[in-house]
Amino acid sequence: MKKDEFWEGVRGGFPIMLAASPFGALFGALAVDNGFTIADAVFMSATVYAGASQMVGIELFGNHVQPWLVVLSVFAVNFRHVLYSASIAKYVRHFTFGQKFLAFFLLVDPQYAETEKRGERGLPITFSWYLGFGLVIYIPWIINTLVGAIFGQMIGDPKAIGLDVLLPVYFMGLVMGFRKRDRFLPIVAVSGLASVAGMHFVGSPWHVSIGALAGIVLAALLPPSNQAPAPTGIEKEA
Amino acid sequence: MDPQHLNLIYLIIAAAVATFLTRVGGYILITQMKQIPPRLEAALNAVPAAVLTTLVAPAFVYGGLDVTIAMFIAFAIALGLNLSTLRMLVIGWVVVMVIRHLVM
Repeated sequence: MKKDEFWEGVRGGFPIMLAASPFGALFGALAVDNGFTIADAVFMSATVYAGASQMVGIELFGNHVQPWLVVLSVFAVNFRHVLYSASIAKYVRHFTFGQKFLAFFLLVDPQYAETEKRGERGLPITFSWYLGFGLVIYIPWIINTLVGAIFGQMIGDPKAIGLDVLLPVYFMGLVMGFRKRDRFLPIVAVSGLASVAGMHFVGSPWHVSIGALAGIVLAALLPPSNQAPAPTGIEKEA
Repeated sequence: MDPQHLNLIYLIIAAAVATFLTRVGGYILITQMKQIPPRLEAALNAVPAAVLTTLVAPAFVYGGLDVTIAMFIAFAIALGLNLSTLRMLVIGWVVVMVIRHLVM
């Protein structure tokens, strides 16, 4: 463990921690609103540690979606991490097994982006740096969840203070974050229409799998394009 | 702990394991596989937008007029000004609060 490099990582991760903080608190408040206890919310932030998928998880749980579909959706939303860990493999090969375990656990969007950037510049990716950068985002994420959950439990009617509009708008922001990707518009159009049709004719929660499957099948069937798909970050807030 | 709450704990643990698998999966795959088939890659690439859209579209259609208006305004402004998700959230929230407390 090298102290200097650890603190360099902490300094690098600090602004990202600030940017992610409102989302941690928002998750805590919405989790309680969706039937979680404060401890459940904190437990989820500490173990899953992937903001967007945590929001998806509580939304589906609150709608009484079958558990396997909740887990599958969390997996699907987090699937981009497969690209991340493949992409940074060359930089973390020298970590020990335990260090790799911890490093992949902490591999959120900004951690990936910063590791990639640092590696490309030829700077050393030491475990000390990686851990400093990761912990300064991870620990406040848990604390902010706790604060948000305590706040959420004090709210009587979430509609009166407009909490119910936040999740759909948040997910809309995430979707827009992918607009540079290949065939974004046809995928979103097909998934959107199929999910609304699924909601109308089959009912919640099936609209999620129906809509998602429609967009994914479309992407697989469309003729391949020349544009190389890049592992673009879903969003920058943990 | 009642069984229903215990189920939630199991659910969170399963979600955590699933998430960890995605974070370690690429590292394992890259050392095993030479190349991902292009159609599989296209399908994988479409997963997040396809899944997330199913959480947006029904809320837009069935969420009530106030939510629909708030989502539309937040979308239009965020797209036009290239705003961050956080700013977009604030806009959507302000619009829905204005409609609920000042208009309706």
